[in-house]
Amino acid sequence: MSKRIDVKDLNVYYSKFLAVEGVNINIDAKSVTAFIGPSGCGKSTFLRTLNRMHEVIPGARVEGEVLLDGDNLYGPGVDPVTVRSQIGMVFQRPNPFPTMSIRDNVLAGVKLNNTKISKGEADVLVERSLQGANLWNEVKDRLAKPGSGLSGGQQQRLCIARAIAVEPQVILMDEPCSALDPISTLAIEDLINELKDQYTVVIVTHNMQQAARVSDKTAFFNIAGTGKPGKLIEFGDTPTIFSNPTEKATEDYVSGRFG
Amino acid sequence: MTSTLTPVRKRSALTRGQLPKAAPYIVLAVALILGAAILALIGFNAFGWGVVSAILFAAGLVGWSLVVEGARKAKDKLATCLVVGAFLVALLPLFSVIWTVLINGLPGLLDPGFLTTSMNGVTGAFDNKTVEEGAPLLGGIYHALMGTLLITVLATLISVPVGLLTAIYLVEYGEDRALARAITFFVDVMTGIPSIVAGLFAAAAFFAVVGPGTKTGAVAAVALSVLMIPVVVRSSEEMLKIVPNELREAAYALGVRKWRTILKVVLPTAISGIASGITLAIARVIGETAPILVTAGFATTINTNVFSGWMASLPTFIYTQILNPTSPSNPDPSSQRAWGAALVLIILVMLLNLGARLIARIFAPKTGR
Repeated sequence: MSKRIDVKDLNVYYSKFLAVEGVNINIDAKSVTAFIGPSGCGKSTFLRTLNRMHEVIPGARVEGEVLLDGDNLYGPGVDPVTVRSQIGMVFQRPNPFPTMSIRDNVLAGVKLNNTKISKGEADVLVERSLQGANLWNEVKDRLAKPGSGLSGGQQQRLCIARAIAVEPQVILMDEPCSALDPISTLAIEDLINELKDQYTVVIVTHNMQQAARVSDKTAFFNIAGTGKPGKLIEFGDTPTIFSNPTEKATEDYVSGRFG
Repeated sequence: MTSTLTPVRKRSALTRGQLPKAAPYIVLAVALILGAAILALIGFNAFGWGVVSAILFAAGLVGWSLVVEGARKAKDKLATCLVVGAFLVALLPLFSVIWTVLINGLPGLLDPGFLTTSMNGVTGAFDNKTVEEGAPLLGGIYHALMGTLLITVLATLISVPVGLLTAIYLVEYGEDRALARAITFFVDVMTGIPSIVAGLFAAAAFFAVVGPGTKTGAVAAVALSVLMIPVVVRSSEEMLKIVPNELREAAYALGVRKWRTILKVVLPTAISGIASGITLAIARVIGETAPILVTAGFATTINTNVFSGWMASLPTFIYTQILNPTSPSNPDPSSQRAWGAALVLIILVMLLNLGARLIARIFAPKTGR
């Protein structure tokens, strides 16, 4: 239940502005890949192109190919909704649906699509997803309470539970811990480690220690200057990127000597 | 020994003089007495007393504060006086209106049968008898109440789908296109249309389509919806705009289609604001007189069919009772009925406003642990 992603010569534009240029990357199934780089270098933009979420932003478009186990996401006739049901996403700020209970939040992917599900199946799905997000023990007695009453870290894990409840092939995480305290961050990092047994995980992070802790491979993105496109500078095994990178820019960035 | 080191002072070096706590009340009492004295010289009246006392109070308090507390505190007191004064001036007409309508309207409203009978068959002869022989007051507003409710409900049924769908288009699909900007512009223009123009438009439209002289409740409902739609569009648009984009993205990322996201995430999140906006829009049009007069006419009999025949409503009832009393020689019973109807109308608007608050509270997204 996980697929690999191969990106070929991908350019991302906002209207006429070239935001990310010429990315080639191969992301293995059942692995954790971290994207690091300075702010504004296009790593979040690029992450969004992996499940066509950039199309929500007016004027955003891409050139090139993104292959999910060989199928091009941008091929003719591909429905972005199908893509997104296979490639889930967790956002920077926890965003549970405020009108729904904890249980309904987990079932949101099913219920919002009006898929018929029996109460028994729903119960199993809720428990399995919340177990998978390490949240079950904390919320099992208050599933009917609103999701917005949880702490920030719990809300983010609820969002992860919601994402895995639709059983995607790949989970994209856009700085999932940047709004959380260290303890909640640790809980999410542990969770990412467990998720990679079943899913392909791609995570954008500003925290290099986090990238070193959770990822198998790391991609370093950089930008030559304001108004220039972001580029993938180096991609390799995480230990190599952090201890023995090929590129000077990568070494400067990971050692804190950047800029 | 230490006592000799600390200079003995009356008050802390960090403060200046302070007015006693009761200062405003003292000044108020003095101002009221002085005001009464001044007014007595030129002829007493309550309104003038209030105005003169207020000016004396502000001048007295600020002046006293300037002497004792200094310029900064005095300015603070002056600002407080101005703010409170503006507040009182704003509230005065409101309370005056409610008080007048309550006093004049209660006898009519408490009259048995006022809410349950119509004006059918009530002629000037009955009113003359009421005045001259003390016979019970006949006639009521049942027909007008039903007319107002039916016309308003129909207007709401027309306006809410049109207005809400327009707002959804503007917020979710418009994306600042030329069409969206044009709609926004014309909605703004529609907000400023005089209500009589809306009435004439509806009347003319029905004259052209159905036939000359078509005056029914439905025509009035169309006229009211012309006034209501821009209000519904505006309020719904504002409510949909404040739904965080993160929620839409969260739904999209789960593989939910756009229309389902709007229907099941965006609308439920904004529904409390939308519902109270709609209720306020209803309150806004329920008291319209002119457009109903030219579209539904006025009637003295009960007509519950909005698609046929002239129809009474509370505003037109008040208008005709005051302008053309049932008994021209004894207009008092008619004006009593008119005040009673006005009171009922104000109560309806108040109930709608309370309903809006209740709806907002019921539908508001729940928090809590």
